[in-house]
Amino acid sequence: MNREGILNAVLASSLVLVPLWASLSGEIFAITLATKIAILALAGVGLNIALGQGGLVSLGHAVFFGLGGYAMGVLASHAQDFVPLLEWPFALDGTKSMPVIWITAILASSLAALVIGIISLRTSGVYFIMITLAFGQMFYYFTISWPAYGGEDGLPIYIRNSFPGLNTLVPLQFHFICLALLFAALVFSARLKTSPFGLALNAARQNGERVAASGIRPFDVRLWAFVISGAITGLAGALFADLNRFVSPVMFSWQTSGEIIIFVILGGVGRLFGPVAGAMLFIILEHFLGDFSEYWQIFLGLLLLAVILYSPGGIIGILAGREKSHV
Amino acid sequence: MPPMLLFEQALNGFQFGVMLFLMAAGLTLVFGVMGLINLAHGSLYMIGAFFAAYVAGLTGSFILALGASLAAAAAAGAIIEVTVLRRLYDRDHLDQVLATFALILILSEGTRWVFGSFPLYLDLPDYLDGVAVLPGGLEYPIYRLVIIAIGLIMAGGLFLLIARTRLGIQIRAGENDREMIAALGVDITRLYTIVFAIGAALAGLAGALVGSIQSVQVGMGEPVLILAFVVIVIGGIGSIKGAMIGAILVGMTDTLGRFLLPIAMSSVMDASQAASVGSALASMSIYILMAVVLAIRPTGLYGNR
Repeated sequence: MNREGILNAVLASSLVLVPLWASLSGEIFAITLATKIAILALAGVGLNIALGQGGLVSLGHAVFFGLGGYAMGVLASHAQDFVPLLEWPFALDGTKSMPVIWITAILASSLAALVIGIISLRTSGVYFIMITLAFGQMFYYFTISWPAYGGEDGLPIYIRNSFPGLNTLVPLQFHFICLALLFAALVFSARLKTSPFGLALNAARQNGERVAASGIRPFDVRLWAFVISGAITGLAGALFADLNRFVSPVMFSWQTSGEIIIFVILGGVGRLFGPVAGAMLFIILEHFLGDFSEYWQIFLGLLLLAVILYSPGGIIGILAGREKSHV
Repeated sequence: MPPMLLFEQALNGFQFGVMLFLMAAGLTLVFGVMGLINLAHGSLYMIGAFFAAYVAGLTGSFILALGASLAAAAAAGAIIEVTVLRRLYDRDHLDQVLATFALILILSEGTRWVFGSFPLYLDLPDYLDGVAVLPGGLEYPIYRLVIIAIGLIMAGGLFLLIARTRLGIQIRAGENDREMIAALGVDITRLYTIVFAIGAALAGLAGALVGSIQSVQVGMGEPVLILAFVVIVIGGIGSIKGAMIGAILVGMTDTLGRFLLPIAMSSVMDASQAASVGSALASMSIYILMAVVLAIRPTGLYGNR
């Protein structure tokens, strides 16, 4: 196993072992931190498909994260208030079942990614960055001004949603649900990268004209990558809402988009475990620097600036050396 | 609906557009000349507002406060250009986005650290704090007319600077071919710092002017920054003329949308529902405008890239 493989194994096993240790020694808060890392890493894994593999710098992934969150919020709030979601043309109740919520979150964010992708992938470079950012703001202001689901105040969900056969109120069980989804997404992402689709996507990032010349439309490849990417981030949003039992327009804010990019960049763009390393570092910094100083984001900013200026490979680049070339 | 009210809202929209232009001009100039996408432009807006509020509190003079906003934002812009942004010109957009995002974190938290979390207020002097009667009998705040005038003067000055001065010639040449003007002996490093400082000063002035209508607080710059992005995407990145037209379009659409859409909705549904549906639609209106413009012209109205 090469150094990156060893590092990945360490990262993965720490997300399994630390919560187990925390559960045995009664450190419930550490489990919550680990769950938060797993969920945010999942959002990063989603973005990394568009950003790392496809070279699409989306500054609007908060849209999908937020839609996932609101999919959970809307379904669960109807279920907890016993108000049907739809009465016409057919009766439809809300639900507290995680799998149904996940599927809804994935469908909603895929659909949004499809529409946003069709409009914004017509452009590239700096236009693409600004347009995805603007779509994020559009959803943000829409949720603030739409009063039905809490508007600016957000929407609390009193009891965590359920998963068949498990007790999600036990922090460790909920953690392993999130971790299983993260690992599934990592496996999917790794397989995608070496699949014909992933190779076409990688080629479209490097040279769109050549891809077009070999008979593949780069627009289509990028669009599907954007949809897959949005769907995974949407799933992470649903889990994040379940972790906090609260959704609010903040999930749609441009800072959220920026933070998801930070996970990917701090860890290392295009690296499989980059988002995991990045999210872990972010949460650990937030937790420990947050205790140390109210203004911890100054240090986060300085660290980020240092990584960008002096170490473009991120943490995994520092610890595991340069990515080996596929050529 | 009385026509006077519509006229007043149209003026408000125009004033908002002029402010957006001051923000968008710097962004589009920096992108056009240096190829840099600068998310931290909103922080310069905030810095301008904070220094204006601080100097106004110290001296009581509104003119000095506006001067302070220009000077502070230009200085802050020059400092971050020399220390950080200069290294990013030949990096890809992702690095630029991330590094300037990092600058936002540093500048926002730094401002919170220095000035505290509570909003500051920038009070208007008595001579600006009244209403003027416009032709047709409309009473309109003097201060908003002053904002429009200052904005238009700045816009005119910027057009003259670019079209008529030696510096403007260098800026336009820099947009077209930076290697060539460097080879012709123009100090390109100094030129970039000056361009950046000009853009920063305009943003700082906009922050101070708007800060007297709203409150001055950390995080005030980012919503405006994103609107300025919408403006330059609509206008075409790199085009000052496009920024002007885009800014007025966005300012008018946003303000009139917030005013007219709830009224339009009330003709098809009951009043309370119309207010919420109308305001939700209005909050999306400028993004829909942007999507329509891009669907027709992917490089914006005046873009050629």
